[in-house]
Amino acid sequence: MSVYIMADEALFQFLHNEVIQYIYKSSEHGEMENGRCITKLENMGFRVGQGLIERFTKDTARFKDELDVMKFICKDFWTSVFKKQIDNLRTNHQGIYVLQDNKFRLLTQLSAGKQYLEHAPKYLAFTCGLVRGGLSNLGVKSIVTAEVSVMPACKFQVMIQKM
Amino acid sequence: LCRECKRLTILNSELFTLTYGALVTQLCKDYENDEEVNKQLDKMGYNIGVRLIEDFLARSSVGRCQDFRETADVIAKVAFKMYLGITPSVTNWSPAGDEFSLILESNPLVDFVELPDNHSTLVYSNLLCGVLRGALEMVQMAVDVKFAQDSLRGDNVTEIRMKFIKRIEENLPAGDE
Repeated sequence: MSVYIMADEALFQFLHNEVIQYIYKSSEHGEMENGRCITKLENMGFRVGQGLIERFTKDTARFKDELDVMKFICKDFWTSVFKKQIDNLRTNHQGIYVLQDNKFRLLTQLSAGKQYLEHAPKYLAFTCGLVRGGLSNLGVKSIVTAEVSVMPACKFQVMIQKM
Repeated sequence: LCRECKRLTILNSELFTLTYGALVTQLCKDYENDEEVNKQLDKMGYNIGVRLIEDFLARSSVGRCQDFRETADVIAKVAFKMYLGITPSVTNWSPAGDEFSLILESNPLVDFVELPDNHSTLVYSNLLCGVLRGALEMVQMAVDVKFAQDSLRGDNVTEIRMKFIKRIEENLPAGDE
């Protein structure tokens, strides 16, 4: 059973990498173009995140507050998608949350350390969208960004938008 | 399977299925016609296949196949099971033993997918053909893979037809397309 689940994840990782190659292959180099590609990836992740939450939380009880929703993302959601929980959640209790993953699955193949650091955002964009889409379907509007300094650790910043 | 494990399993295959759907949607936006999208899916599948094979061999510890029949069995019973959770049946062997069909009663890629009217020639799951072609090329087999039937386009089942073309020499480098 566990082998089956792991292989499933491998297939997604291969697809994720290929999607990134595709999005970037036909673009030119430059700031503007990079931004466009990141946006495309983020939007794809958004739609997928919405779809995942739609099916996942049918049986779950309602969340009592925003923090509860974020804990769900950090525990249940992250475990289901990335086979581990978020390692650290911080908040300023004013709508900003920082989710730290010390060994982000989609970065472990890229490098350990600072090599290819400039490429890391490409590998985070889809997941930012995934989180934003998941939150959206849970009734929470947000902006999600990611930051990485030493791979494979990274931080996702969620800024809740008042609707 | 306990309820939690079952949910994990479902969610993970949905992640792939949903991401695949988003990719196809993007390709349909980027390309003028279905034929172009089909080609692109095949190319991307090929790029995945040439890498997936290593992953597969590492996980499954399957040895070298003696013949094409064994290859067919490994593809259907091990590879498909491992990556997509389904076991297609292997049928319709050609008399020469160089061609067979994989029959998929259900196709996990197409859960909740409906082809809109203006995409009647889209081979939605064409990535799979590329994956198989790329993976087998890495084990020295040149094959032709295509969909003979497609449940998304009204057929009862989904049928992938695989034909052995020839053996590839060991030192031919393969690159991305």
